[in-house]
Amino acid sequence: MKCGIEIHQQLNTKKLFCDCDSRLSDNVIGKVIRILRPTQSEMGEVDRAAVEESLKKRKYIYEITDNSCLVELDEEPPHEMNLEAIETALKVSLMLNAKIVDEIHVMRKIVIDGSNTSGFQRTALVAMNGYVDTKFGRVKIPTICLEEEAARKIEEKDNYVVYRLDRLGIPLIEIATSPDMKSGEEVKEVAQKIGYILRATKKVRRGAGTIRQDLNISTGQGRVEIKGVSKLNMIPKWVENEVKRQEMLKEVAEILKERDARVHKEIYDLTDIFTNTKSKIIAREIKNGGVVLGLKLERFAGLLKSDKFRLGRELAERVRVIGIRGLFHGDELPAYGISGKEVEKIRKKLNLGDDDSFVIIAGPEEKVRLGMEKVIERAKMAIHGVPDETRAPKDDGSSIYMRPLPGAERMYPETDIPPIRIPNSYIEKLKRELPKMPEERVKDLVSLGISEQDAWQILHMGMEDEFEKIAKKYGYPTIVARAMINGCRDIDYEPVFKYLNEGKFAKEAVDDIVLRMCNGEKFEDILSEFKESVNVDEVIERIVKNKIEFIRERRENAFKPLMGIAMKELRGKVDGRIVSEKLREKVEKIIESSS
Amino acid sequence: MNIEPGDYVEVATSKGSVRGILLPRPEYGEGNIVVIKLDNGYNVGVIAKEIRLIRKGERKERERRGEIKNLKGLPTISIIGTGGTIASYVDYKTGAVNPALTAEDFIFTVPEIVKEANIRAEMVFNILSEDMKPEYWIKIARKIKDEAKFSNGIVIPHGTDTMSYTSASLSFMLEKLPFPVVLVGSQRSSDRPSSDAYMNLISAVKVAKTDLGEVVVVMHATSSDDKCLIHRGTRVRKMHTSRRDAFKSVNSRPMGEVGEEVKFYGEYRKRDDKLVLRDKMDEKVSLIYFYPGMKSDLLESLLDGMHGAIIMGTGLGHVSSDLLPILRKNIRDGVVVGMTSQCLYGRVNLNVYSTGRELKNAGVIPLEDMLPEVAYVKLMWLLGNYDLSKVKKLMRENLRGEISNRRFLE
Repeated sequence: MKCGIEIHQQLNTKKLFCDCDSRLSDNVIGKVIRILRPTQSEMGEVDRAAVEESLKKRKYIYEITDNSCLVELDEEPPHEMNLEAIETALKVSLMLNAKIVDEIHVMRKIVIDGSNTSGFQRTALVAMNGYVDTKFGRVKIPTICLEEEAARKIEEKDNYVVYRLDRLGIPLIEIATSPDMKSGEEVKEVAQKIGYILRATKKVRRGAGTIRQDLNISTGQGRVEIKGVSKLNMIPKWVENEVKRQEMLKEVAEILKERDARVHKEIYDLTDIFTNTKSKIIAREIKNGGVVLGLKLERFAGLLKSDKFRLGRELAERVRVIGIRGLFHGDELPAYGISGKEVEKIRKKLNLGDDDSFVIIAGPEEKVRLGMEKVIERAKMAIHGVPDETRAPKDDGSSIYMRPLPGAERMYPETDIPPIRIPNSYIEKLKRELPKMPEERVKDLVSLGISEQDAWQILHMGMEDEFEKIAKKYGYPTIVARAMINGCRDIDYEPVFKYLNEGKFAKEAVDDIVLRMCNGEKFEDILSEFKESVNVDEVIERIVKNKIEFIRERRENAFKPLMGIAMKELRGKVDGRIVSEKLREKVEKIIESSS
Repeated sequence: MNIEPGDYVEVATSKGSVRGILLPRPEYGEGNIVVIKLDNGYNVGVIAKEIRLIRKGERKERERRGEIKNLKGLPTISIIGTGGTIASYVDYKTGAVNPALTAEDFIFTVPEIVKEANIRAEMVFNILSEDMKPEYWIKIARKIKDEAKFSNGIVIPHGTDTMSYTSASLSFMLEKLPFPVVLVGSQRSSDRPSSDAYMNLISAVKVAKTDLGEVVVVMHATSSDDKCLIHRGTRVRKMHTSRRDAFKSVNSRPMGEVGEEVKFYGEYRKRDDKLVLRDKMDEKVSLIYFYPGMKSDLLESLLDGMHGAIIMGTGLGHVSSDLLPILRKNIRDGVVVGMTSQCLYGRVNLNVYSTGRELKNAGVIPLEDMLPEVAYVKLMWLLGNYDLSKVKKLMRENLRGEISNRRFLE
């Protein structure tokens, strides 16, 4: 098994080719409708992924937001590439030991699923031949690219897709590893490590969907990309399931070859068989003027669906992307309202032997015929093994077919943007400004007095700078760390520890204060509750006065019980350290005077 | 062996070596940087210490397109290419954008055309829109006349920058038309999946099949790919540098729209049974943009040796009063001077203010609501074909829909 990963991280600079803000927006102020067409290459071949999308004959509706302009609408040429984004990409490249190109050339990568208004994604290779080391060994990073994020899909129907332009154009750093990894756990570790490096730049967007990973998995035949795996913890599961799927397909291929299985081109009209069917799906399609077409799969029986084999699902996934839900195959019938008698008739009409199976699809004729072409194509591939494809991850750890793997010839230069020269002097300057590597940062934090685990956690949250500042200024490293880890990212922790340090409240109160701040309460309001602060000296004075005989009697041994009494009254209001200091002072005075 | 662009090479650099196809040097950039197309499709620029040939690139013959069969019952439409990238395709190997040169190329780019019409296509020249000149307008007009023998309609793909000048000149030169002449362009070149060229070109072909006998421009109606508008050739102007819907009819409604079908909103000239071409142009005409502070000696030099001039004045049609003596003198010497407005929208009126009245007294012709560029083309054409008194009279008359008497709130 060979596995590689591609990481896409959004940056929080302005957008890559215009001056719009890199954020999401719900403020939709208009929309336009567009159609995209596959462009044809000189060779006269239309790219296969491009064709698949155009077959869908879709309209694309783009929602215009307050953070989009004519550039996102493809109504104005791109501006020059955002310098801050370039600088961030170059710093990441250096941290990943990659070699920066002397001149950056922006390319257009054809993508006609509508996610880019232009029909292509602008992308530039900024560095090559880097690597990252983990406990599993070294993983090579052949390319690091800077590209524009796609529009956000809002709604998808068979004949149209709605995209929102808020996300389009947000800078993305794309980091691709070689297929060097051998396990899902290793992939997870590499993803994590690269994630820390990206966050160290402090220029990355945070939150759901701002970093995405694509997995490339091959088990010797074909190459499969699982696109958009965002949950790191799920990665091992996706890898494991995909490997299982590929092993299953390889086994299916072997059996099919052994049986000398064949896929015929003839498509049979079986509509007559279903005139009185109990199948709701088929009855509805026929009522709407649709047809039921059938295809013979010679010597495919038992491979479409059994305990071990699931080729039927693969066929269904291929037609699902062109909007066909009503595909049934021989291994699963009779079922779904389709009777044994109907199956019998199908088998008779297609002249099927015991080893043979079949596929039927119900729907509008033109669409069903297109679907049958897809089924024929996929069934033929099954004889050869694992086809190259792009799949979408599902939450249960499985994945589903999206489209063929894009070909390599889908790129040509973005002529609207001149090449960007990166002089060595600039690279040298960037080297001097690089943030510390995550491991070094963790060491810094540990040296302030927290555990390594907490240090990684704080780094993960991107709060290492704030932690360092507070812990150095006011102390309490473990309390600061705990507060941050249990708290949230978007509150200001400094005043909490400033007032703690001034004795306005006790450290036991910190957790509660942070929790309330994370729930939206203002620190000043919470602080005012501590205003009627008890006079510590008064309380201690009173306790000591009441227990003066006890002190004289027990001398040093009186401290502990008295501390208990004091803290009962002062807990959460005054730092125990302060109470202890003051009480000890008083007790010692009394002991001294009495001796 | 000699290393040329297109060859597969290995380039040694101070940061290691890279392999890929050597690309031609772009016109910009530093001399020591070579551009390589990597195996993954990306181009990168690297400083080369040494370039080693791995294998020679294949010489590629220009793709031959299959024969196109003409279908019975479909009209024949001539596509007269003038250059620009409305119909073009990309060579993904080098990234070059190639213009469509033949009918086959056009059909290759927009295959749906064959359902609409049988296509004849020819490039009369291949130039950028901004390099267009009156002599090229005449060439196009003559080509249209030649095509009358074969065709039921004309479509002229044209760069958008000066398309409205060409449409105006053809409007005047082609006095009578036996078919529609449709100019069409694109604001996003057709090498992009999002190009407006496809819909514009198909819509243009649809308009070329109608009973129209005028020169029109067909372009996107809005930013959406849902319909095109038909603009009269003498009323249209590019009003935005980059938007799809840059072309607007000024001081008049568009003539119609094209969605699935062509729909005309109102009256239009129908096809004539013959074509009448008057193809002379007097190029000694200047188009002068007045601005505050314009010096009289500059105006004098702009008028020097000219037979006519169109001024784009301020507001209702004014220039500063210190320019009056120059204008008076030139008009007395026989130069035809017409007044249009920088406002573009609305009619000039030289009766409202004293400067206007003085301009009028000096002999400046107020040109109603005509667009300045249209007035410029019209004056060239009139001076080429009529005597002076006729020119002055016809400048104020509506010949091809370029002038209207009534304007409305849109």
